Amino acid sequence: MIGALPLPAPLNTGDVQRALLACVAVGAFAPTIGAFLVQKRLSLIGDGVGHVAFAGVGLGLLVNVWPVWTALLFAVGGAVGLELLRAKRKVAGDLALALFFYAGIALGVVFAAKAGDLDLETLPYLFGDPLQMSTGGLVAVLVVGAIVAVGIWSLRRVLFAVVSDESWARVEGLPVDTLGVGLAALTAAVIVSGMKVVGLLLMAALMVLPVASAQLLARSFRQTVWLAAVIGASSAFVGVVVGQVFNLSISGSIVLVAAAVFTVVSVARRTLPAAVKSAA
Amino acid sequence: MAEPAIATGAALLSAEGISAGYGREPVIEDVSLEIRPGEFVALVGPNGSGKSTLLHVLLGSIEPTAGSVRLFGEAPDRFHARWRLGFVPQRPTLESEVPATVREIVSPGRLRQRGWWRRQSAADRAAIDHAISSVGLAEVADLPLNELSVGQQQRAFIARAFASEPDLLVLDEPIAGVDRASQRRFRESLVHLQREHGAGVLLVSHELSAVSDVIDRVIVLKRRVLFDGSPAELASSGVSLGIHQDDLPLWLEGLR
Repeated sequence: MIGALPLPAPLNTGDVQRALLACVAVGAFAPTIGAFLVQKRLSLIGDGVGHVAFAGVGLGLLVNVWPVWTALLFAVGGAVGLELLRAKRKVAGDLALALFFYAGIALGVVFAAKAGDLDLETLPYLFGDPLQMSTGGLVAVLVVGAIVAVGIWSLRRVLFAVVSDESWARVEGLPVDTLGVGLAALTAAVIVSGMKVVGLLLMAALMVLPVASAQLLARSFRQTVWLAAVIGASSAFVGVVVGQVFNLSISGSIVLVAAAVFTVVSVARRTLPAAVKSAA
Repeated sequence: MAEPAIATGAALLSAEGISAGYGREPVIEDVSLEIRPGEFVALVGPNGSGKSTLLHVLLGSIEPTAGSVRLFGEAPDRFHARWRLGFVPQRPTLESEVPATVREIVSPGRLRQRGWWRRQSAADRAAIDHAISSVGLAEVADLPLNELSVGQQQRAFIARAFASEPDLLVLDEPIAGVDRASQRRFRESLVHLQREHGAGVLLVSHELSAVSDVIDRVIVLKRRVLFDGSPAELASSGVSLGIHQDDLPLWLEGLR
């Protein structure tokens, strides 16, 4: 265990500090990958993958395997399968997502109920419980974050080319399918890494909401990515503090802060577009 | 830069007796054509004449049901030097509302040439700057696309195709709904690419007035190739072809 750092209340205990670090990390890297998903018009894929991952959680509880492994297996399989279906145009994007949403959550419920754990054990996976974060769990979150940062940074140009104009990228002979599958697998890893932090269902929100705010303020794709990461990390920080001070759910507070930021930014942009533009 | 194809004189693009279609009825039938280095070819035809199907077959994204296509002498699925082919899709737009600058749009044009996993070199940056200024967007290169006019946006996507210094440029309805200044710019940059770099150009368009004086050949398609020759020949034989009255678009009048 890492000893508690001398921070002011409510950040003065080791539990809260681990939670804070995990939440800020997830808040930064979820929207980083999210910017590429939004550009690809797949804002809801995180939600679909989260539901499929829940089936994995249920199976893990049923067969007594650490649910993170089974969730990761299901999430990567689901995300890659979804991407392949979409790329081959076998299924319309939103219908494929709907199929994954509903089959995933239903399978999760069936498995978890069979294991007798439907109410107690499953809630932290769905909605997160960052205060229960172990040092090992925190390290896992930071490792996934580092992989996302390095992966996205080194592939940023070609990823942007592929997500912003897929048909052109195909004609140019860029590896559209390979990168699509890679991005889907990385998305699944991000969702599962945030599972015990803000939960499967709220992770998807953290991938998209900061991007929605950032795209209103930024004037390039590069700025959008950086700004989304900053907004995501700041929302996480504020969410943890607010949650602790007012004794609210941390994961819920984080997403509410991110939603509030988006509301303020879009209202401000509509009412004073010139001021926001020159400030950006 | 790639080997200038002009030295060999081989066709950049050739199609031999191709047919293609989605159901039982072929959309295009027995189409043969060829584009050589330095040639400016316009592909025209009424709506539903199979122009875009033909284009997809030529680029290798639709398999023909009969006949064969050669891109730089290779079958499309074996043609790997894809940077030699510049492509401007029909009404290109970004997939989403996320802002992107002109430079961010044009830069991917270099990816295939240098290897997409490599870093951008000084030569890449120079080619990107050159492509941007050749379409007259140097001053707005770092502005997001959504702050530019439709014509300027269109030119950004044309610059993306220019950035790879292609030997063959294929454009699908690139100037539909574009303002006059942009059309003039567009014409100048095409002529520059064709004359200075010896590139072949295949332009699919309804609006040829902006480029009518630089076209070497016109191909008129209506399921089959109805005409393949110089604009002057088309003007003199246009009436006897018997197609202009019903469904050839108005610009044909302007070609005479």
